[in-house]
Amino acid sequence: MPNPKRRHSKQRTSTRRAHDALKSRSLSECPNCHERKLPHRACPKCGYYKGREVLEVKEAG
Amino acid sequence: MRHKVAGWKLGRTTSHRRSLLRNMATSLILEERIETTVPKAKALRPQVEKMITLGKKGDLSARRQAAAYLMTREAVNKLFDTIGPRFGDREGGFLRIVRVGWQKGDGAEKAFIELLGSEKLQEEKRQKRAETRAKRTAEAKKAMEEAEAQAAPGEPAEDSEKKE
Repeated sequence: MPNPKRRHSKQRTSTRRAHDALKSRSLSECPNCHERKLPHRACPKCGYYKGREVLEVKEAG
Repeated sequence: MRHKVAGWKLGRTTSHRRSLLRNMATSLILEERIETTVPKAKALRPQVEKMITLGKKGDLSARRQAAAYLMTREAVNKLFDTIGPRFGDREGGFLRIVRVGWQKGDGAEKAFIELLGSEKLQEEKRQKRAETRAKRTAEAKKAMEEAEAQAAPGEPAEDSEKKE
């Protein structure tokens, strides 16, 4: 059976993982409440989408 | 290459999927807006678009085809009497899908799918829901007050029994 010939260094591991970083999600601004929201989705804060499309948003308290 | 993978299977057998879509199409035609997951909404869209096209045709043959798919007679009647004429000047694109957040439990993305031009109806429905909610809250409050009122005179009676 094939086996590793040499020790796998920490550098080799971290070098391989150099490209594995996660990217942050790009957010857009809600034109109604100016909260940051995910694009192409109704705003979870104010329930607006494209000027209308109100969902029922529960008021805090 | 994503060749030959058109459409949605939704993890169901053919008959299960057909039932699901027929059911949702019927509900959507009756309620004008339904909330579901994004893949289901996307799978539902072409089905309902085809139904509305039948509704616009309006002849007996079209009516029979729609009746063969939709679950209830009311849905067929509504499709031909109100929805068909409503979209008379529109060639497709009768529906709108809006993503609205995530489902608790499995994290599936939710969306609502609605007929265009149903905004006023949705507004009325929301009003009605708000009224029902207010009524229910008032009733619950009243019931609680009554329970408290009953409990208050009850307590001294218990005390006197203990003393005896």
